[in-house]
Amino acid sequence: MISQVFILSSQGDHLIYKDFRGEAGSDVVSVFYEKVTALTGDQPPVVMSHGDLHFVHVRQGGLYWVATTTSPGSSPFTIIEFLNRFSALVKDYCGSLSEKSVQMNFALIYELLDEVVDYGYIQTTSSDVLKNFIQTEAVSSKPFSLFDLSNVGFFGAETQQSKVAPSSAASRPIQSSREQGGRSEIFLDVIERMSVVIGSKGVVLKADVEGEVRVKCFMPSCSEMRIGLNEEFSIGKSQLRGYGAAVRVDECRFHQNVHLDEFHSNRVLRLCPSQGEQTVMQYQLSDDLPSAPPFRLFPTIERDSGGRYSPRVHAAINVCATIPVPKGSVSLSQELSSPDQSAELKLQNRAIDWKIPRFIGGTQLSALFKLEVSGLSPSSLMEVGPVVLVFELPQLTVSGLQIRFLRLSPVQPAPSQRWIRYVTHSDSYILRL
Amino acid sequence: MPYLGSEDAVRELRRALSNPNVQSDQLRYRNTVLKAIRAMSQGVDVSDLFSEMVKACATVDIVQKKLVYVFLCSYATLNPELSLLVINTLRKDCQDPNPMVRSLALRNMTNLRLPSLVEYVEQPLAAGLRDRAACVRRVAVLGWAKLHNLQPDAEIDAAVVNELYGLLRDPDPVVMVNCLRALEEILKKEGGVAINKPITHHLLNRLKESDVWGQCEVLRILQRYHPQSEDELFDILSLLDASLVSPHPPVMAATLGLFLGLCSGLPAVSLAALERVRGPLLAACGSTSRETRFTALCHIQLLLRSLPGLMGAHYKRFFCGYAEPAYIKQRKMQVLVELVNDENVAMLLDELKGYCTDVNPETAQAAISAIGRIGRSYSDRCLEILTGLLGLKQEHITSAVVQTMCDLVWVCPQCSDTVCSALEGCEEMLQDSQGRQALLWLLAAYGERVSSAPYTLEGFIDRVRSEASLGVKMELLTTTMRLFLCRPSETQDMLGRLLHYCIEEEMDMCVRDQALLYYRLLHCGIEETHKVLHGQRSDPSLGVLIGRPAEPINQWAYSFNTLEPLRQAGFHQVGWGASVHSHFQISPEMFNRVQVRALAGPLKDIHRVVPKPLLCYLGCVLRFVQSALEHVFIQDVSVHCCIHLSLNPD
Repeated sequence: MISQVFILSSQGDHLIYKDFRGEAGSDVVSVFYEKVTALTGDQPPVVMSHGDLHFVHVRQGGLYWVATTTSPGSSPFTIIEFLNRFSALVKDYCGSLSEKSVQMNFALIYELLDEVVDYGYIQTTSSDVLKNFIQTEAVSSKPFSLFDLSNVGFFGAETQQSKVAPSSAASRPIQSSREQGGRSEIFLDVIERMSVVIGSKGVVLKADVEGEVRVKCFMPSCSEMRIGLNEEFSIGKSQLRGYGAAVRVDECRFHQNVHLDEFHSNRVLRLCPSQGEQTVMQYQLSDDLPSAPPFRLFPTIERDSGGRYSPRVHAAINVCATIPVPKGSVSLSQELSSPDQSAELKLQNRAIDWKIPRFIGGTQLSALFKLEVSGLSPSSLMEVGPVVLVFELPQLTVSGLQIRFLRLSPVQPAPSQRWIRYVTHSDSYILRL
Repeated sequence: MPYLGSEDAVRELRRALSNPNVQSDQLRYRNTVLKAIRAMSQGVDVSDLFSEMVKACATVDIVQKKLVYVFLCSYATLNPELSLLVINTLRKDCQDPNPMVRSLALRNMTNLRLPSLVEYVEQPLAAGLRDRAACVRRVAVLGWAKLHNLQPDAEIDAAVVNELYGLLRDPDPVVMVNCLRALEEILKKEGGVAINKPITHHLLNRLKESDVWGQCEVLRILQRYHPQSEDELFDILSLLDASLVSPHPPVMAATLGLFLGLCSGLPAVSLAALERVRGPLLAACGSTSRETRFTALCHIQLLLRSLPGLMGAHYKRFFCGYAEPAYIKQRKMQVLVELVNDENVAMLLDELKGYCTDVNPETAQAAISAIGRIGRSYSDRCLEILTGLLGLKQEHITSAVVQTMCDLVWVCPQCSDTVCSALEGCEEMLQDSQGRQALLWLLAAYGERVSSAPYTLEGFIDRVRSEASLGVKMELLTTTMRLFLCRPSETQDMLGRLLHYCIEEEMDMCVRDQALLYYRLLHCGIEETHKVLHGQRSDPSLGVLIGRPAEPINQWAYSFNTLEPLRQAGFHQVGWGASVHSHFQISPEMFNRVQVRALAGPLKDIHRVVPKPLLCYLGCVLRFVQSALEHVFIQDVSVHCCIHLSLNPD
């Protein structure tokens, strides 16, 4: 059971504090902050103790979400999952997760906490149940954004852009749909995270994909939803279906509310989504990717480092390559292939950050970095690399998973908007030199 | 964080709250209350507003009511008299037609935590148990637990307990689970809620109705149940099989905990259960939440103690991601070390080698020491990497490599030739005391094979005046003594200088006593000195990494799914259980530097140098002390013992 729950900003400001069992005073909040800021890297900071009290914390949205408990036999899985779920609820209700949004909505968060936990016991975290109890309206901070303006075409004409949901569309409080009426929207996101290690000779040493199908629902009243996946979708190694390019995953797990009766025959998931965000399906795929990894690197290091990238995708955005350099590197001179790229030497991290805002598919970019290193020794070259790539591939799934259709039944009376988005992130994309 | 002017702010708020114009305008009233709560959660002491807040409580605006209750529950214990006024409003709310208002009132009535109010609360609570609305019953059930904990010595009301047992059959699953929780607290003295066969089967049958949290609670409480027959046991197990591979880590962990508890007499079934959870645990290791990942990793380490081969094929899942925090990387490396085998050793070492140049020095050091651990089984490959790393000429890497080599040589004496040749020229790169201590120990053990040893020592002795670390000084004394025994002509002069300095000028008692001890020992003759100082240089019985016997599950099952596995730092000790006993019989002559260094060093060192059989070494030391030497020595060692015991409570 949980004794207290509190939320701290990264500077240690007390944002929310609630004591459920009266077992410890509010002074432990400062104790926690002192402990967490005094940590050196090698101590596992998830669990900390102070006398009889144990702190369990997670970091979400730059905030510390802390639960304390007096019983060392509490399940860490449960407490951590609860804190994550609670922060997801706050995100659903407040629209976004930041110090500001928590501060502005503290009354709502107290109300939530009151319903979610009683006497340290978790009661419910289902947004379907909670929506009956939560009365406070969310206050959302809408920063002025040029992006919103760009959606409006000249003289109100329908532009290509206005057909695309802006990336911020899904970050709004779920309850605001109540009075905004018409905007009953549903977002279906397929998100994949790649962790890849490519050896120095271009051999793929490891390639893992963790995927999720997430639904974010802003419908006031939820009807049944049917999600159709690729028909050739197969799970496990043995089972292959169809003749086309099969989409195969190693393991697949579904949310407990998903009905799978049509899954085996037609690859259709049925569920009644509750308001807010939920993960419908999680899957993973190891080692055997259907396509080659999206980025390759052809490095040449000759007492100075340089490299070429050759991507095989249609487009990537926000690519950032981090190239570790030897200790003692002093300055950097660079030759980049286009002006919107940038590279800088971060001495603190001992690395060059090469930023490429847009990377057109099928092209190859090259850069030449010349480093001035004081006290260069032959073994310094050991310190160059591995290169880490951080990127985002919109409209692409590495596993090949596609949503065939998304149907709501019975058909909604009000016009509802359905958005399907695909994105692949790099969890850890390492290219050894 | 109370800021300046908080008194003014409170006065301002009080004026606003008692202003009739504000009170008549619902929105303004609510906003003023909101301001007070905001101040409260920022840490301002707003307890002076209590009486105004009590008035604000009587309103039809539910949002305002909720806000006021947050305030009242925080400060009720400071104002017991005024809180009596609230009770009337709360009792009235308990009659409200709206179930939400009823549950709200009931919950906050019990949250006031005032023993003086118990008599007013009991009647609405009793009515709450029979309320039509489930949300009121949920609150009422837990209310009884709160009431009981307010007066833990009061008689337990048997009627209430009976009613709570009856409510286990409530149609609402949350009410059912809350009943379990409440009974568990009320009947704590009697060992918690009675778990008999009908209750168990009832709970199991309704398990699927509950959400994740309820399932975890039920599974935890069921751990106390002892099935009457094997058939019943297997019925329960097959019923729970689906939960074992649940996509929710809490349910999976709670189910496995229950499995391990129920099958403590059936190791084969337990092992099969561990195999079953491999998939979900691996999935949790790849979760988006770092904290879940970390928890899963820590529990995988537990599982590996009994099933070393469990994750062998999945070693790539434990490769460190680039952006992962250091604490996850270090746990992953610890797991990787356990997974090494003939097929993957090349891949693993290649991967670990990449981490050695990590920007974070702690990660780099952890990687180096992981390579050292693998070196126990694959010494040639690892030594090649380690000597290669010395070429980088970086302080923290060199220090970690020397420490690792020191540990490696202790277990694998066959590595000593390579290590000795690698040591040349290291001393300039060593800045931290632990690295220098390790270097000194190596010079003491293999001084006759390192040609430059006397020169290195001379450098240390010349700088002894400016030496800050106690450990280095102690190590230096012993090293010089031992080197003197094997290369007397080269070291005689510097030993004399060192002893003179330590006895005459050194301020630290430990060093001085140690020097005196050695000085007197030399008086006893070279034979005696030999006997005391020439201990064992290695202990191959500490064993290689692979092929270790698997531990029985019962050794760790009690700590599964608790906070315990998340807290242990450093390499956990696997399979040393067997060797502990053999070390208890070690003769006093076994006493040598490593153990003393281990005893003197911080906990991290102890684990690193001599993994488990510490207590027995301690025994050796004490016995040795009793049998042989002077009181100075006893003083010295006993100081170290204290440090050790306070750090390692088990």
